Amino acid sequence: MAMAADDIERLIKARFPDARVEIQDLAGDGDHYAATVVSEAFRGKSRVEQHKMVYEALEGQMGGALHALALRTAAP
Amino acid sequence: MSRQDVQDWIGKEVAGSDVVLFMKGTKTMPQCGFSMQVAQILNHLGVDFKDINVLEDMAVRDGVKAYSNWPTIPQLYIKGEFIGGCDIVREMFQAGELQELLTEKGIAHNARTLTA
Repeated sequence: MAMAADDIERLIKARFPDARVEIQDLAGDGDHYAATVVSEAFRGKSRVEQHKMVYEALEGQMGGALHALALRTAAP
Repeated sequence: MSRQDVQDWIGKEVAGSDVVLFMKGTKTMPQCGFSMQVAQILNHLGVDFKDINVLEDMAVRDGVKAYSNWPTIPQLYIKGEFIGGCDIVREMFQAGELQELLTEKGIAHNARTLTA
């Protein structure tokens, strides 16, 4: 199982409409991605909280259909 | 073990050692690149840590994800507190924040910064 980069971006943007999202397909196999998400929603939150917010946006795909998503989050 | 027993067991494990890493494989033989990175960072800093191989027990593998509400392995705990997975630990190490946290918690480690 894999996920398209567009689907990942769509799910993240649906939750964080202001977000700047950059997704890189690391291995070209649709299964190993790196994502940078910058959103005002992250301000004042710890890294663990920020990443959990993104995982929630991905509706449980992380650790399932999505095996590897290296995540970097920040407030603008 | 029941689901609750597993949660209790994990709670005791993370309380029982200052630094605990739930990982795929062991610190001497990691079975996944992400687990390996975190083990390497801890080794690099000379931190004494307990490794728990989730591949040995499916109940622990699923249980620790529920425990922290975090979907992936590895998971690092310091003094019972969930710190993060591979990305967060690496980012903290590179920023020097992991070393600061260890100092703050009174956990012995060396002062090295960047990996060779």
